[in-house]
Amino acid sequence: MSPTPTPKVVPIQPAAEQAVEVSLYASQAKIYPRSVTGVFAQWRWAVVAMTQLVFYGLPWLEWGQRQAVLFDLASRRFYIFGFVLYPQDFIYLTGILVISALSLFLFTAVAGRLWCGYACPQTVYTEIFLWIERHVEGDRSARMRLDKADMSLEKLVKKWTKHFLWIGVAIWTGFTFVGYFTPIKELGMEFFQARMGSWEIFWVFFYGFATYGNAGFMREQVCKYMCPYARFQSAMFDKDTMIVSYDVARGEPRGPRSKSVDYKAKGLGECVDCTLCVQVCPTGIDIRNGLQYECIGCGACADVCDTVMEKIGYPKGLVRYTTQNGLTNGWGRDQLLRRVLRPRVLVYTTILVALCIAMLVSLVVRVPFKVDVVRDRATLSRIVEGGKLENVYRLQVMNATEVSQTYRIKVSGLPGLVVASEPEVQVDAAQSRWMVVRLHLPYGAVSGGSHPIHFEIGTVGGSAHISEKSVFLVPR
Amino acid sequence: MSDFTSNFWSVYVAGITLVSILACLILLWMTGRKKVMSSSDNTTGHVWDEDLREMNNPLPVWWVWMFIITIVFALLYLVAYPGLGNFKGQLAWSSANEHEAEVKAANKELEPLYARFTGMPPDKLAADPQAMAIGERLFMNNCAQCHGSDARGSKGFPNLTDADWLHGGEPDKIKETLVKGRNGLMPPMGAAVGTPDDVKNVANYVLSLSGSPHDSLRASLGKGKFGACAACHGMDGKGNQALGAPNLTDGIWLHGWGENAIISIVNTGKTNQMPAQAEKLTEAQIHVLTGYVWGLSNRPGVSKP
Repeated sequence: MSPTPTPKVVPIQPAAEQAVEVSLYASQAKIYPRSVTGVFAQWRWAVVAMTQLVFYGLPWLEWGQRQAVLFDLASRRFYIFGFVLYPQDFIYLTGILVISALSLFLFTAVAGRLWCGYACPQTVYTEIFLWIERHVEGDRSARMRLDKADMSLEKLVKKWTKHFLWIGVAIWTGFTFVGYFTPIKELGMEFFQARMGSWEIFWVFFYGFATYGNAGFMREQVCKYMCPYARFQSAMFDKDTMIVSYDVARGEPRGPRSKSVDYKAKGLGECVDCTLCVQVCPTGIDIRNGLQYECIGCGACADVCDTVMEKIGYPKGLVRYTTQNGLTNGWGRDQLLRRVLRPRVLVYTTILVALCIAMLVSLVVRVPFKVDVVRDRATLSRIVEGGKLENVYRLQVMNATEVSQTYRIKVSGLPGLVVASEPEVQVDAAQSRWMVVRLHLPYGAVSGGSHPIHFEIGTVGGSAHISEKSVFLVPR
Repeated sequence: MSDFTSNFWSVYVAGITLVSILACLILLWMTGRKKVMSSSDNTTGHVWDEDLREMNNPLPVWWVWMFIITIVFALLYLVAYPGLGNFKGQLAWSSANEHEAEVKAANKELEPLYARFTGMPPDKLAADPQAMAIGERLFMNNCAQCHGSDARGSKGFPNLTDADWLHGGEPDKIKETLVKGRNGLMPPMGAAVGTPDDVKNVANYVLSLSGSPHDSLRASLGKGKFGACAACHGMDGKGNQALGAPNLTDGIWLHGWGENAIISIVNTGKTNQMPAQAEKLTEAQIHVLTGYVWGLSNRPGVSKP
């Protein structure tokens, strides 16, 4: 039996035989990736399902009386399950971004562009859009035929159906995105009653349009020409990084053969040159030319090659995840795995683990309120009745819990220093409040100048406690 | 561009802008027509530094279209908005206009919020927590710069919490102060009082009015000379709110306490100003602020020193 019949050998990217005149601009040929099944395809679909379940599902979760995850930009409160974060908690976002970047470094050093091939939204939405395309227009050859065919009712219906479904998914995606910033249930009501705010409309449709354009049309062009990660990920590669590779020694010389003939006697390698690896490639490259910058490491070629190898009874893995060292030295699985624990990987892992622990610890010990102390802008120091020196401060007290809290202000640092104004303040749930605090110091208690003092702020009936520095000015 | 007296720079800037856009277009067109020889290894055949070769990676045509879109956008932008020298643009946009429109929109948005307060008398406002919260924010943004966050003022800036008023503490008067501002003027009176010694005597008399530490001999000598001051401060020294003349008997010293401070004021006079707020704040805001300021010395539970 010959391998899966293919209409034509796909022309491989033109390393022209002789010097030819070429233009500085080139229109990009449309790529029709063939559908593929196999272990990597299953992994990709698992990751697509997981990431999209989180993305589409998270805004609908409830936490008490509110949306579990809500970034309220207008009032500058960021609700993430039990946490109420203020813009002052920006460090946590920084932490998450640093952890994400280091994870990218780690995964890339170990197994190449895993992010690109499995989890990147560009890949994930392209996969979803391709799935719709395949179900409406058919697989690769059917789609190619349809595009070449003259306009007909059938073509019109198929194209319209596809775009209708694409736009549906795209708008839902845009809607979900906006649902992270404005309560999604109200947004849903507004959407159906056509009374969304102008910025909500803009973002739903802008994000939707970006999804539609990038996943429906731009696809691999985004990875090849726009994505900065794609370029710098190669800096994380070394000769022990797992990459999707074609085993040249085993496969070459390639060529078609009948199953009954002893190919070794004919001097052929194990590649039957069915070109399926090229047909399934979402970026349209030939993996047999070696590692290329376009390769997003999705493993589609490895999957499809394995099915072919299985059909003709050759061992699997002619195209497989392996390392450059592994390929040259003919290493097996154990030897490859042993090389995973190399200094680069260990360093990335150590930093990553340390950062994750630091992040967790800081979240656990986080004091659920914040205080800013600002000296009054108008008054340096004044003498008040009873021969006392008075300094005025403004304290911004930010309640990061979802119940109303009372805070008590104390002050320390100078003998006889007392709070002369109301020492307790009540702040509503997730609100912040400015309060004016007057401090009194007996005249002559300390010399003239600036004296460091501390405000101690604690919850009444609780253990949370913050100490803030400030100064008390005494006229000379 | 109104900073320039001649039209030259306007034309210069507009010219450079348009020529640059045109140059971009020409560059795109020229590179579109250009053909290069590609060698068999898909390089352009250029070699530098022994082995550095230039790959032939043609730019995707859709990218070229993005360039063209930016050029079209630039031209449309320059027609609509100010960008070409003195040309104001078809939309006549300016940052000042935009700011005005934004303030107007924000005030309109706030109108329903203030609607509840406009009819309220000041004592009702002072008892309303929401009005007081708004009042406090208005005070912090517009008044605290001089009067202090706690409204207790400092030297030269009156304390608003002590029930002592230069121009009257009734809500109407407070509102008048807010709307129109106030000018406090004390002319130099040294010559009118007499010799420097007379001035010193008057100063001691003034101190005696509030029972502050003073030289009683000088005070009794100064009493006769106080007539020069009485025109404004009154024979009894209790001031005149219609003129904004301070009460000298209450132990509150806005411009400094003690003999020297008083002598200096008598000799040099004093001009003090409260700026008018009518331009900055809306009528409704001033109304709420009036209630807040009145409440500072009249709210139940506010201690009166």
